[in-house]
Amino acid sequence: MGSEDAEDQREGGRELMTDSEVLLQQVIIGLSNGMIIALIALGYTMVYGIVELINFAHGDLFMLGAFLALTIAGALGLDAVSEGALFSWGILPMFVAAPIFCGGVNWCVDRLAYRPLRNAPRLAPLVSAIGVSFVFLNIGLLWGGLPMEVFNMGQTAAAPKDFPALVSNENLLGESDITLTISQVLVFVITVPLMIGLSVLVRFTRLGKAMRAVAQNPVAARLMGIDVDRVIGATFIIGGALGGVASVVYALYNNTIYFQMGFRVGLDAFTAAVLGGIGNLPGAVLGGLVIGMIRALTDQYIATEWTNVMVFAVLILVLIFRPAGLLGTHAQEKV
Amino acid sequence: MGGPLLKAEAIRAGYGPIEALKGLSLSVAPGEIVTLIGANGAGKSSTLLCISGIHPIRSGAIHFDGERIDKLPAHDIVKRGLVQVPEGRRIFPRLTVLENLQLGAYLRKDLDGIKNDFERVFALFPILAERRAQAGGTLSGGEQQMLAIGRAVMSKPRLLLMDEPSMGIAPVLTAKIFDTIRELNQQGLTILLVEQNAHLALQLAQRAYVLETGQIVLEGPAQELLADPRVRKSYLGEE
Repeated sequence: MGSEDAEDQREGGRELMTDSEVLLQQVIIGLSNGMIIALIALGYTMVYGIVELINFAHGDLFMLGAFLALTIAGALGLDAVSEGALFSWGILPMFVAAPIFCGGVNWCVDRLAYRPLRNAPRLAPLVSAIGVSFVFLNIGLLWGGLPMEVFNMGQTAAAPKDFPALVSNENLLGESDITLTISQVLVFVITVPLMIGLSVLVRFTRLGKAMRAVAQNPVAARLMGIDVDRVIGATFIIGGALGGVASVVYALYNNTIYFQMGFRVGLDAFTAAVLGGIGNLPGAVLGGLVIGMIRALTDQYIATEWTNVMVFAVLILVLIFRPAGLLGTHAQEKV
Repeated sequence: MGGPLLKAEAIRAGYGPIEALKGLSLSVAPGEIVTLIGANGAGKSSTLLCISGIHPIRSGAIHFDGERIDKLPAHDIVKRGLVQVPEGRRIFPRLTVLENLQLGAYLRKDLDGIKNDFERVFALFPILAERRAQAGGTLSGGEQQMLAIGRAVMSKPRLLLMDEPSMGIAPVLTAKIFDTIRELNQQGLTILLVEQNAHLALQLAQRAYVLETGQIVLEGPAQELLADPRVRKSYLGEE
């Protein structure tokens, strides 16, 4: 995003909106982006909680999910929704396929790249994760070169791809100066129930208890008859699937995807996980929302070129005063 | 039947170049309490970890109820009814007492049996019923040991391996724990007990093995070992 655009928006915005309206608008934007970041952050934090590995490939997995969604849009010949319609039903297959795909791929990554290194020094799977990240990045580059119309017939593999506006960008608040679009509402409609569902799963189900047990003491978990490898595999599937959902939500909300987006968005999400307390599920959500808000408010009130600086300045400050992250205390549950 | 419930034959195991078990053999018959005593680092915990499938053996064989188990993953061994109360208790600190116990029953599907065993555990250790909603990590050392035993009972064991149940807990509680071990045995549970407190262990057990640097150096009825001058000198602190 160019800084001039933001400046224009600000100049234009000031004339039309009161200060409190401007603030409210940024809160809506910040929370929407924050929820997407949070959903990806959950994938980082779940995997860290159970195998103490920063899965650097998670952001790129998210990117692949978005490319799958665009491929589906191309294969089904989906176009932007017509005037008056809220959304295209074409998003349904995306919301089914992307999580299955990302969950499955994430399981394979664990099986092939991480599980053989389970008893190796901590650094080995970490390097492995960076390797997987590069592999995904290049798969994304190749994927973007496919001879499909949605990928510009493969002419510009590395260029950002337009994602059709399958969800209406009409303002739900009608004539109001504040904009709340269906795509923003969709972000919450998708992410909030998923987070509640995840929390119920981790807290109350047999699998969830096994996940917490493995996270807290893997040897004891094995002595209880828990197949630790299966539980870890399930964690990768769930984390990957959440990333898959996030990729579709992101694409529908931002309408642009590119093969390096996994790095950009993944870095935000990883930061969110650390900010909230890595390994802590509510912490990841809180961290995501905090980063979304910092981004939106800095864009508005300082300048977009300072946004990354602000995000990491807050991270550093939090880590100085709370090294375990916002919610990362010993009493907290980790998975 | 008649055969031993557990039989380990000439097992060798180690950590890198260090050999912790050097051809150890032992057996446990159904209904027995057998104890394995020895000094720190003799290989007592390693023996139990090998039997439970947590640590691989390099050679030898382990049979449980006539079936070879030394190549099986740990969870399959638990499924067969061979359950361990590990050293240092290893309860799940951020799970509640109830959740810890539920995880003991992780592999079970018999809901009525699970319910009965909950009552059984709460009868053995009423304090656990009182603290069921508390995080496991907030319990005292002795209570955590009770929780670890209760959790193992929830797994419906046929053979219970216990590693140092007296470690780090008050003498009063140790007596209570050992009473419970006796009670569980009287209810039909076979027990292999690893203990540093040789005196207590030998009084409780029917048979005993003495382990020194990865090898069995003495074995026999516990009463005989209790009277054996070598045992008295090395393990009971008598001149």
